[in-house]
Amino acid sequence: MKRHLISAADLTRDDAVLILDTAEEMARVADRPIKKLPTLRGRTVVNLFFEDSTRTRISFEAAAKRLSADVINFSAKGSSVSKGESLKDTALTLEAMGADAVVIRHGASGAPYRLATSGWIDGAVVNAGDGTHEHPTQALLDAFTMRRRLVGPDAGIGHDLDGRRITIVGDVLHSRVARSNVHLLHTLGAEVTLVAPPTLVPIGVEHWPCQVSYNLDEVLPKSDAVMMLRVQRERMNAAFFPTEREYSRRYGLDGDRMARMPEHAIVMHPGPMNRGMEITAQVADSDRCTAVEQVANGVSTRMAVLYLLLGGAVFDSKAASAISPAPARTEENK
Amino acid sequence: MSKILIRGAQVLGGEPQDVLIDGETIAEVGTGLSAEGATVVEAEGKVLLPGLVDLHTHLREPGREDSETVLTGTKAAAVGGFTAVHAMANTFPVADTAGVVEQVWRLGKESGYCDVQPVGAVTVGLEGKKLAELGAMHDSAAGVKVFSDDGKCVDDAVIMRRALEYVKAFDGVVAQHAQEPRLTEGAQMNEGIVSSELGLGGWPAVAEESIIARDVLLAAHVGSRVHICHLSTAGSVEIVRWAKSKGWNVTAEVTPHHLLLTDELVRTYNPVYKVNPPLRTEADVMALREALADGTIDCVATDHAPHPHEDKDCEWAAAAMGMVGLETALSVVQQTMVDSGLLDWAGVADRMSFRPAAIGRLEGHGRPVSAGEPANLTLVDPAYRGAVDPSGFASRSRNTPYEGRELPGRVTHTWLRGRATVVDGNLA
Amino acid sequence: MDTVESDAPRPVLEGPDIERVLTRIAHEIVERAKGADDVVLLGIPTRGVFLARRLAARLEHITGRTVPVGSLDITMYRDDLRMRPARALARTEIPGDGIEDRLVVLVDDVLFSGRTIRAALDALGDIGRPRAVQLAVLVDRGHRELPIRADYVGKNLPTSLRETVKVQLSEEDGRDAVLLGLQQTAPVGER
Repeated sequence: MKRHLISAADLTRDDAVLILDTAEEMARVADRPIKKLPTLRGRTVVNLFFEDSTRTRISFEAAAKRLSADVINFSAKGSSVSKGESLKDTALTLEAMGADAVVIRHGASGAPYRLATSGWIDGAVVNAGDGTHEHPTQALLDAFTMRRRLVGPDAGIGHDLDGRRITIVGDVLHSRVARSNVHLLHTLGAEVTLVAPPTLVPIGVEHWPCQVSYNLDEVLPKSDAVMMLRVQRERMNAAFFPTEREYSRRYGLDGDRMARMPEHAIVMHPGPMNRGMEITAQVADSDRCTAVEQVANGVSTRMAVLYLLLGGAVFDSKAASAISPAPARTEENK
Repeated sequence: MSKILIRGAQVLGGEPQDVLIDGETIAEVGTGLSAEGATVVEAEGKVLLPGLVDLHTHLREPGREDSETVLTGTKAAAVGGFTAVHAMANTFPVADTAGVVEQVWRLGKESGYCDVQPVGAVTVGLEGKKLAELGAMHDSAAGVKVFSDDGKCVDDAVIMRRALEYVKAFDGVVAQHAQEPRLTEGAQMNEGIVSSELGLGGWPAVAEESIIARDVLLAAHVGSRVHICHLSTAGSVEIVRWAKSKGWNVTAEVTPHHLLLTDELVRTYNPVYKVNPPLRTEADVMALREALADGTIDCVATDHAPHPHEDKDCEWAAAAMGMVGLETALSVVQQTMVDSGLLDWAGVADRMSFRPAAIGRLEGHGRPVSAGEPANLTLVDPAYRGAVDPSGFASRSRNTPYEGRELPGRVTHTWLRGRATVVDGNLA
Repeated sequence: MDTVESDAPRPVLEGPDIERVLTRIAHEIVERAKGADDVVLLGIPTRGVFLARRLAARLEHITGRTVPVGSLDITMYRDDLRMRPARALARTEIPGDGIEDRLVVLVDDVLFSGRTIRAALDALGDIGRPRAVQLAVLVDRGHRELPIRADYVGKNLPTSLRETVKVQLSEEDGRDAVLLGLQQTAPVGER
């Protein structure tokens, strides 16, 4: 795996399967009386949030704490994002505090990439959502949820999502979740179809590794999982669609539509849900909807990511030569 | 001022000739000229061009002296081989009155490195609402002929029509920054494959092309001339080509960076590549080169846009748009147009000196290299190869997209009315 | 073929030896655990798990009762995590009835520095509170770095630090053997 997790596109198939397999082991820890592991003792993880996202922050916080890392929550909301130096100065502050990893949520696409490549900090950077770019840990937890539900927790170990048909519905244009999912699901061998009104599909989407449809009813019967994206009501004011009512009628998931999905197919939602907009209460509360499960899986997946980024040798370019080559002994430390 | 003999230079890329400068003018052009009483500049293997003219420079003074001043900007211009630059109007205060354009004009005179021709704003405060006093700016000491709200588009069709009509009275030209504002709200980069992946707000080609289409039609309708700033898309080329085929009085410029760089570079999220209009695709770059070669695009203009380090040392969305360009323009043109075989050096003289001076109705610049003409000259060593090192820039700002990139050619000498402003690549 | 005889790994236990040794250990466990009715076998991945399963089969044969067997991955409890890139985790599988008040016998292939067992004891503590913990290993090669000893040892194998001990089991390697060889690279200081 690379040193940072910025984009789902950075992950190879083997990287992704390793993360999912590791997450599966982490999930088992959650069933134990003592849910804590000593693995990241002495490591410092900073949650650097320039945007409010309590859900994502507490998920990363729980993941880091279960691995015994020290967690510092740095809420930079309110500090001026339009003044670019705030990212740099904040980064330098974190560096001075000795952050081993920075989990960053930022309103500007590319901010985590800048943080990772600018030389401002040495630690690992984990993208917790940047603008309308990517949200790779969300895609990983979604893939983890799909593998558990569609293949099985044990049967899934070592496997990808080969041939599974995944439908992503909603505001693809503004969705970092959709971008990361398209990359990751494609890497994992799934067939992805995006469904949205044409106004909410980006120009250039024809080069994405997926299909695009404007007709939800046609796609539903051929879906193993249907992921409903949150649609912000404000989009209506920018003429992306005429009315909420028309949007839900054409692209919302209700009980009738859900009945047209295959028996085994699941409904996913990254949350928070707009009940009555993209999803009805009947669907949201049904057994087929994995929204709550996704939250629990988020902690396991983020534990896996933090472990794989921080649980080994420190990827310090200066010290890198000192740690490789790895000792050749096969029976080390018996 | 004494005599200077430039010996054995390829004038406009032709056969080696000697050029004798006496005082402020070119005294003689020929072979085997006497060096008696003259300082000799050996120019074997070098190309002699008329002093370059930039139709589009941001000198930032008054108001943003932290990024550039008239003095540092004209030094950068001289190093780049320019003898005249048009200073854009988006200063603080905006150059929308006779007072401000005269101030800039005077600062240019004092600098002595390069003539500064101020551009006047089309509308008060660049707000697109109310015409600025175009006549007063023309009648001022600055003698403004080019008017532009550059940085902002004159998007109101009626205001644009009136401006085009009004400047006919004194043979002025409106230089349009073609950007439909509603189509570019939140725009961060070219809208296309790369923007879809990077999740950056798209700046669609149609936002430029629709304004150009409207404005060439308006110019034709009112019988005025219009100049299109920094044309950046293949579609814009088609519209300008069509307008010219109709015989309409339309001219256009292209920046060096749009001749070389593409939006693939934005994948680095490095704001040094953030510019307006944005870097486009490979297909656009090729169309722009071809259009510059066949004359559809009249000239190269730098859109030299200096910004202080902190305005680029940040995340993409927060960064300022623009690149410095005066000191690298000729090298980029050599690489993309000359070394690629699309244009000869006479063509470069045309696109970087004759035509921009003609569009701006600028006197004393863009003249042939012949006896009796003002000695505004640029000597280029086309064989030079070197990596761009911003730390050596004369400009106050360093926001070049070419740092570390190897570019061909170097300006070794620049003469402004017979006075050397650059000697052996260094400011005189 | 044997021109570099001294460098080629040499078997110190062959298949039948390993079978015999495991049978002996099984008998010892029954003897010391007084019938082994509360024994839980936990193998340490990878090869310790196979050894634990083999031992469980023997215990069942001897006692006629099913013996719970599982696995205990110690990766996240290691004290040398920072010396190498992050490792893939192996499966921890605790038998249904848990380990509370049971006699847990940890099973591993080679006992060397003792650090793996230290990690295993930590891991065990986070899972439950056994009545007692014992350790069974196929080979004890010495060079302990912690106050740890095995309760059941298949073979004591005095080695030098320059030597390597490699256990092969048919489940993973296609054959059963314990190989003693020489380290190919210079000895590494850390252990």
